[in-house]
Amino acid sequence: MTAPTAATAPAAVATAPAAVAARGPVLLRRVARRAVHAVAVLLGSATAAFLAQQALPGDRATAILNTRSGQSGLRTAQELAPVVAQYHLDWPVWRQYADYVLGLLHGDLGRSYQEFRPVRDIIADQFGATLTLTLTAIALAWVISVGWVTATAGRSGPFRAVGEFVDTVTAGIPHYWLGIVLLLVFAQWLGWFPVIGGTGPDGLALPALTLAVPLAGFLGQATRSAFERTLDQPFVLSARLRGLGDGRVRMRHVLRHAVLPGVTLSGWALGATIAGAVVVETVFTRPGIGKVLVTAVGSQDLPVVTGVVVVITAVYVVANLLVDLAYVRIDPRLGDR
Amino acid sequence: MTATTTAPAPAAAPAGRRPRRRARPATGVLLAVPALLLAAVAALAPSTIARYDPTAMDFAAALQGPSWAHWLGTDESGRDLYSRIVHGTLPALSIGLGAAALAIVSALVLGTAAALGGRVLGGVVAWVIEILFSFPTLLLALLLVAVLGPSAAVSAVAIGVGSAPGYARIVRGQVLSARGSGYVEAATVLGHARARILARHVLPNAVRPLVGIFTLAVAQSVVWASGLAFLGLGVAPPSSEWGALLDAGRPYITTAPWLTLVPGLVITLLALAVTTAGRHLQRFVEKEGS
Repeated sequence: MTAPTAATAPAAVATAPAAVAARGPVLLRRVARRAVHAVAVLLGSATAAFLAQQALPGDRATAILNTRSGQSGLRTAQELAPVVAQYHLDWPVWRQYADYVLGLLHGDLGRSYQEFRPVRDIIADQFGATLTLTLTAIALAWVISVGWVTATAGRSGPFRAVGEFVDTVTAGIPHYWLGIVLLLVFAQWLGWFPVIGGTGPDGLALPALTLAVPLAGFLGQATRSAFERTLDQPFVLSARLRGLGDGRVRMRHVLRHAVLPGVTLSGWALGATIAGAVVVETVFTRPGIGKVLVTAVGSQDLPVVTGVVVVITAVYVVANLLVDLAYVRIDPRLGDR
Repeated sequence: MTATTTAPAPAAAPAGRRPRRRARPATGVLLAVPALLLAAVAALAPSTIARYDPTAMDFAAALQGPSWAHWLGTDESGRDLYSRIVHGTLPALSIGLGAAALAIVSALVLGTAAALGGRVLGGVVAWVIEILFSFPTLLLALLLVAVLGPSAAVSAVAIGVGSAPGYARIVRGQVLSARGSGYVEAATVLGHARARILARHVLPNAVRPLVGIFTLAVAQSVVWASGLAFLGLGVAPPSSEWGALLDAGRPYITTAPWLTLVPGLVITLLALAVTTAGRHLQRFVEKEGS
């Protein structure tokens, strides 16, 4: 597992004096290992994307024409020739693969079968809306779960049980149903928000809340146990003995320790939230990368599907890398491992 | 009531070390077990509890709200929503169970191979699991649906494959920790055969803590499968699979909200019931094992 890289080799053979100042190299090794892993994952996702395009059943040129026209049928050689030339279908597979991966490195995600546009442009048009939605949702989820856990964790009797119960239930609610409920209650019945909101701040509230509530449930489950363990720590007792009120002890001392497990989840949360955006954008008919994906899957426009998948995976991998590095900064003990 | 599953738990641990756990009434399970029994009846013998033919149209009674004649209202063709939900149980559950079974079996195979396959095979499998794990479940599933085209079978396969890497990762960790434990070392010292140690000690102890997680896989799969149908990328609307009902009810969300609210509530409650029962089962299995 701990494949030694070239950078770490000197540290491994170093003797006692160097070991004292080993923190730098250890951190460096950790960064290098994570970076190698990230590159491998990205290559893996590119390969999966390429294979998916190859795996489309039947003759590919025919399939592309069928996707374009929306109806299936036999095509003549004259019809097929320009498609074969455009997508280089006459090349050997390894060359197509190399071409695809090299294209990705230049930011070329291929060309839509249906829209005659580069996939990169289609995604670039919609990416901002989805990113705004997911980042707002994650921030909102943190606010909700921190508030809820701080208020209910470690309390006596019913408060604690209710707190736990709400975490479990909210974590399990499907996005599509929660979205419908919120849409009905806040847009249809109470009229606080527009039913079809577009991308403005008005239209952001309900979709972001839909993504945030289940995520808050997950984060709550992760932070709650850490919160209760921290409440038993001696330093909490000493803070109480110094005369701090319960609220201040929870906010100032306990919370800081309790959020650590939640921070690790943030990278995962970003990936899960972008995937959740696929559903939420459909519920709220909100433009975004998820809506693009659903439409493309329905029409088997594979370059668009794989383009979106590769981009989301890249965001996910980079976010996880950043979280991993941030974590070492927050909790320096981890860097020494 | 239906305390058959709850009764053995206290009996199995008469000298309980954790009296707090035992004293707490398992209200959740008392609600979850009847709900699951009801779902089983709806899946296996839907006509015994459905009140109408799920496909019988009655345009005079279209888009009616809940009433005594139609408990949960009717859809745009006057079909009874309650009966459609009951008849949709089998497709919803079979896709979910199929997907979960596929995910669990492949997770067990891949996870065990990654843990015990040695340097080369194990390393490669672990690497592949890690790469696949970097795809969010829904994305991997959608990639498969895009290639194979939407259908019930494809939904099950897509969700099974999409969620397998996460479970495989957990299995690998469990097998590794079981193999490194003291009792396996003891068995090795006693000279037991490798295969026997694997079958008797490593696998049971690796899998036992996973019962709850595997039940969660079933709940998750039902939710994902209905999600695919809701996106119009799973089972198509003539079927009354729960997600398909949601999708079909969407155009009427402002005029007939029950058409989307009720199927969604049913999916949520089922997932909650399965999860609750799974937690209890986990506790029960761990007491049996220790």
